[in-house]
Amino acid sequence: MEILFYIFGVVAIVAALSVVFQRTPVYSALSLIVVLAALAVIYLLLGAPFIAMVQVIVYAGAIMVLFVLVIMLLNAGHEGPSAHRAKFARWVGPPLLLAFLVEFGVIVWKQYGLTGAASAPALDASPAAIGRLLFKSYILPFEVTSILILVAVLGAVVLAKKQL
Amino acid sequence: MIPLSHILLLSVILFTLGAAGFIIRRNVITVFMCIELMLNAVNLAFIAFARRLPGLDGQLFVFFVIVVAAAEAAVGLAIIVALYRNRNSLAIDDVDSMKL
Repeated sequence: MEILFYIFGVVAIVAALSVVFQRTPVYSALSLIVVLAALAVIYLLLGAPFIAMVQVIVYAGAIMVLFVLVIMLLNAGHEGPSAHRAKFARWVGPPLLLAFLVEFGVIVWKQYGLTGAASAPALDASPAAIGRLLFKSYILPFEVTSILILVAVLGAVVLAKKQL
Repeated sequence: MIPLSHILLLSVILFTLGAAGFIIRRNVITVFMCIELMLNAVNLAFIAFARRLPGLDGQLFVFFVIVVAAAEAAVGLAIIVALYRNRNSLAIDDVDSMKL
């Protein structure tokens, strides 16, 4: 079981590298779908089957279809050289990100060691258990997100109209 | 048993890659996809800690993050379409002023 985690972890990292370094947006989008699928497998291994299915259906299914549709609608092609690119972000950004990575690695190493165990016995994370929690303790956030979705739908329709 | 530290390291590597893409890419859509990548890295950390605790609350947070990401994608892509209509370009360098 553990070997699957490492396999799909490497797949996720390679695909994420591909998302960042591909110069054509469609290839980036397809690589992002690979990342999402690999993460869904890892969620399954970590005892979150409901979230894994939501990840595949909503993220890889709905959201990425939207992305690919917009990329093809706008005919987004190869990223050409820029007339006026910001040099500052290119020179300051990567060292800061490297510092972030090292710092976080040190924190994790100090806190949990290299093999700190993740494990408690797996809980019942079936859709029934999640639903019970969602409609009891988290009923207010649930209702608020439904309003958020409604506002987002209206906003998307207004923004994408011909005349802004 | 998968060590918690390995899951967190995977999460932070994915987050850093997303942030790097956010900085070095210039296509608006690719930048947007890098934001999604960062959201997913945080989701992975949530799931790992939910397993560690143990509890289901972390999984519900991931559920809400996915819902908010869906709303964000709908509005964000509509903004990108409107942007393309007005400026005829997807390069983020061309979007340096709020006025048209």
